[in-house]
Amino acid sequence: MEKTKRNYRDTLTIAWRCLLLSCRNPETFLTSILLPALMMLLFVSLFGSLIHVGGTSYTAYIVPGVLIQCAAQGSSTTAIMINQDITSGIMSRFATLPIRRRTLLSGHVLEAYGRSLVTSAVVLLIALLMGFRPALSLPGLGISFLLLSGMILALSWLSATVGILSKSAQGASSLSSLAIILPYLSSGFVPAEHLPPLLRTFARYQPMTPVIDSMRAALAGAPTDAGTLAAALIWCAFLTVVFYPVSVLAMQKRLSR
Amino acid sequence: MEKTDVSIFVSSLKKSYKDKEILKDVTFSVPTGTIYALLGSNGAGKTTTIRILTTQIRPDGGTAHIQGFDVAKEPEKVHRVISLTGQFSALDESLTGMENLLIMGRLHHLSAPEKSAVRLLEYFDLSASSSRRVSSWSGGMKRKLDIAMSLVGSPSVLFLDEPTTGLDPQSRLAMWQIVRRLRDGGMTVLLTTQYLEEAEQLADQIGILHRGRILAQGTPSQLKSLLPQGAVRFTFRDQEDLRCAAFLLGKWQTSSHPAECALTVFTDGRADTLRELFRHLREGHISVRKFSELSPSLEDVFLTMIKEEKSYGKNKAKL
Repeated sequence: MEKTKRNYRDTLTIAWRCLLLSCRNPETFLTSILLPALMMLLFVSLFGSLIHVGGTSYTAYIVPGVLIQCAAQGSSTTAIMINQDITSGIMSRFATLPIRRRTLLSGHVLEAYGRSLVTSAVVLLIALLMGFRPALSLPGLGISFLLLSGMILALSWLSATVGILSKSAQGASSLSSLAIILPYLSSGFVPAEHLPPLLRTFARYQPMTPVIDSMRAALAGAPTDAGTLAAALIWCAFLTVVFYPVSVLAMQKRLSR
Repeated sequence: MEKTDVSIFVSSLKKSYKDKEILKDVTFSVPTGTIYALLGSNGAGKTTTIRILTTQIRPDGGTAHIQGFDVAKEPEKVHRVISLTGQFSALDESLTGMENLLIMGRLHHLSAPEKSAVRLLEYFDLSASSSRRVSSWSGGMKRKLDIAMSLVGSPSVLFLDEPTTGLDPQSRLAMWQIVRRLRDGGMTVLLTTQYLEEAEQLADQIGILHRGRILAQGTPSQLKSLLPQGAVRFTFRDQEDLRCAAFLLGKWQTSSHPAECALTVFTDGRADTLRELFRHLREGHISVRKFSELSPSLEDVFLTMIKEEKSYGKNKAKL
């Protein structure tokens, strides 16, 4: 019991440290506050009049996609931070402290989660300013929040693994930027039916599509398709459950090299 | 093993990476409250030894105990008594000195991390800069903070991996002062260095690590008596002369280089010895084509000694 409490406290300490680092890094500020706002603005003003989606405004249509894309962007910051922590020797220093090594990673992920929530708030604020009006139903908002959280955590643990396995920060950044492309290959910005056949198939089976579709329905106050929602939740849980232990193992291995 | 008297006890440590043997046989012990310097060139195995002792990697063979705890079997207990300052500053540059220390204090689960941070900043004379970001600090100050961060949690054994590499002479002196003060306060310090002078200045005991083995070990003065103080090099006309000279100068430690017709002689560094050498050569009617005085670096001397060890069975490097 005492040990668990201590682990939580260590996680919070590391998260606090990462948050301080993020706040003082102008690049991180740019990618987590300014870029998301710009993306929302640009997409709507560039493609808003070109792409017609049935039954809703383009702004409302892309909100979930932009949210997920920003989460991916935010998690790539985490990949870079974790990689820098390892190459700079800070991880080695922390590893000889009387703490569990996995708390080092969960601290990073916790900070990524908090940072991505701030980013999401920025996106929502801009969307609201652009006329987005989500349905104010508690279950709808709850489901959206749950799915967004699940996706952020799944992407963060994936990025943690990428950050640990990459040789350099550049490597970590380029690998994790693949996750930023994924939302384009989903139903996030263009209805999947409009994609070329090969991409359409990819979009149908990749994790972001069910998450985005469910969020979109939930935010619009429409009934969410149970099958899609289940697929979305299973994807988030699956990715987290896989990449959490993988990243912990990878770190043990990397630090003892 | 006496738990109270010996802080670090290392016995025939071995470690290989793939097919490269980094540590072949490392054995030494460090009495509590003393400074032990592992002296060696790059690639000698210094950092690998430290990483094993700080539980970061496991040895392939041999054992190591810190304050009586086995590093391979009881890493958590070892973590509670040790602290590591690595070769490169491991601190957060965009945090302030105070914040860096606070994080260490919290991760050590101190009851009052702020107090400990303030005390350490004072001890290292960093109070004035404590609220400035570390990125604006000088190299010497960063190194000090690095050590301060290692002292959070009051470890009893401190590992310093090349603590003065890259520091200017003034900061180096300050660092030596700090390490001595820590020792005088009862801490056991294991440091690695490439500099003979640093080991001489600081260490109570020096172990010379070369290619994964401790070649020689002792107090600085003991080791000094082992090390030749000077070396000279004669170049002769032909192989015949070289052989004669090697024979004539047999009472000194020599190493011959037949390819260049040259002979290196290790001396005690005194001018009279040089006269002796020349006298022997003159009496043997050997003419010297070229003569030069070498200032033997530790590396040279030991490489030569190892060669000697193999070719003549002379074993002067071992205590």
